[in-house]
Amino acid sequence: MALQSLDIVRRSATTSRSPQIREPSGGREVAKLIDTTKCIGCKACQVACMEWNDLRDEIGTNIGQYQNPADLSANTWTLMRFAEVENSKGDLEWLIRKDGCMHCADPGCLKACPSPGAIVQYANGIVDFQEENCIGCGYCIAGCPFDIPRISKKDKKVYKCTLCSDRVAVGLEPACIKACPTGALVFGTKDDMKQHAAERIEDLKSRGFEQAGLYDPAGVGGTHVMYVLHHADQPHNYVDLPADPRISRAVLLWKGFSKPLGLAVMALTALAGFFHYIRVGPDETDASDEAAAHELAKRLEKAP
Amino acid sequence: MSDLELGPERRDAASPEHRGMILRYTAGERTNHWMVAMAFVLAALSGLALFHPALFGLSGLFGGGPWTRILHPFIGLAMLLAFLPFALRVGSENRMQPRDWAWLRQYRDVVMNREDRLPEVGRYNAGQKLVFYAIVLCLTGLLLSGVAIWRAYFSIYFPAVVVRWGAVLHALCALVLICTIIVHIYAAIWVKGSVEAMTRGRVTRGWAWKHHRAWFREIMTRAANSRPRPD
Repeated sequence: MALQSLDIVRRSATTSRSPQIREPSGGREVAKLIDTTKCIGCKACQVACMEWNDLRDEIGTNIGQYQNPADLSANTWTLMRFAEVENSKGDLEWLIRKDGCMHCADPGCLKACPSPGAIVQYANGIVDFQEENCIGCGYCIAGCPFDIPRISKKDKKVYKCTLCSDRVAVGLEPACIKACPTGALVFGTKDDMKQHAAERIEDLKSRGFEQAGLYDPAGVGGTHVMYVLHHADQPHNYVDLPADPRISRAVLLWKGFSKPLGLAVMALTALAGFFHYIRVGPDETDASDEAAAHELAKRLEKAP
Repeated sequence: MSDLELGPERRDAASPEHRGMILRYTAGERTNHWMVAMAFVLAALSGLALFHPALFGLSGLFGGGPWTRILHPFIGLAMLLAFLPFALRVGSENRMQPRDWAWLRQYRDVVMNREDRLPEVGRYNAGQKLVFYAIVLCLTGLLLSGVAIWRAYFSIYFPAVVVRWGAVLHALCALVLICTIIVHIYAAIWVKGSVEAMTRGRVTRGWAWKHHRAWFREIMTRAANSRPRPD
């Protein structure tokens, strides 16, 4: 979703610098804070996302949970995931997590993408797919440590949450934030959100949630979507939220130094051939070889 | 496989009509080789476009990024399909023999054009045999990893970790294959007469004697045996 009103700081498959000269005053990093302890699972955010982004998913089937649709898709960019967890006291806890793109500071999708400018990161931290440049290879899906991007069956382009980059660009908060009735979703600068989270965590601790904490994983450089969790020591209980997400070593190897190294090896192989020719020269046959061949042939003919 | 038993073109391998030239590759073999070669060039160019941003411009040759992404796996399959019959034709003649290892140990003499010091070579030398095995291994790796990272049809059936390492394996096999083919192409430019062998099919007796003497001996012996004797 191209938006010229936002400053791009990083662009997929681009080795030169993005335009850097502007220093936008509104360019401070933003973040969405999802307070799982305030979430009631009403799915207003899902509906708002569908509405604002003009998305309609196929009507699926009941999977025996409140979760609906069953999974993220090209048409479902955010999804309430419901976990029923028995805690150490034997009580049931209903943990609800709004899933969607985390907008990593170090995005694995952007690193993996081979198409220049199909994935960009704005100065405010939002990671956005620009579908007109997407070639549909799905490398971003392999690159993402959170399993977020989904490829569309319709157009073979990849889609995910844009953090409403179009709304944020004109000073509005994302649609999901606007719709949340409990204040579980808040949006602002990343610093403000961290401060707000710290206050929430203090409150939660005073209410007996000693392991309450902020989910802003350092393995991906921090994220621009953060969670307040009642049990920050058990992120996996929130429907497989990874404890220490990182870009896979395979992706770093494949998209890191192996790219220039691979090109260098190919170029050196070709150069080695060229300079071998220049120094040693071709291997030719001459009249003496022909004569020797005829002699051998004659000998073989006489005494087979 | 005898060079003198397969059809008329083979039978007169050393006949005077060709001024003593020897048939090295039949029309079928040449066609097959160049089918593999063309598929390789297209697969390599489209693959490189997706490998490094500096080469993304190559995708223009295939009608843009999405078309490159669509075509590349099919071109790869075409190369594999073209290579299979070729491998069956030449596979048996690429078995490594003791003299091949000796030949490889003398790599200095090989690169310095001192062929007179090298052990006799059969239809293929050890370098050519290694190229053959490298292609077989790389194509196998490319096929297996390529299926896993083929997002349009198959990636959904593989866990993310397999897709990720599949992409690494695919890039690695492609790198080894491209370098192997660069060496293969250079060797053809270096050893004069090789390109003619694969374009026109025939080599001079001197060429066969110098570069593939054991093969030359074999052909001449067979030719002598099959010719009616004057006495």
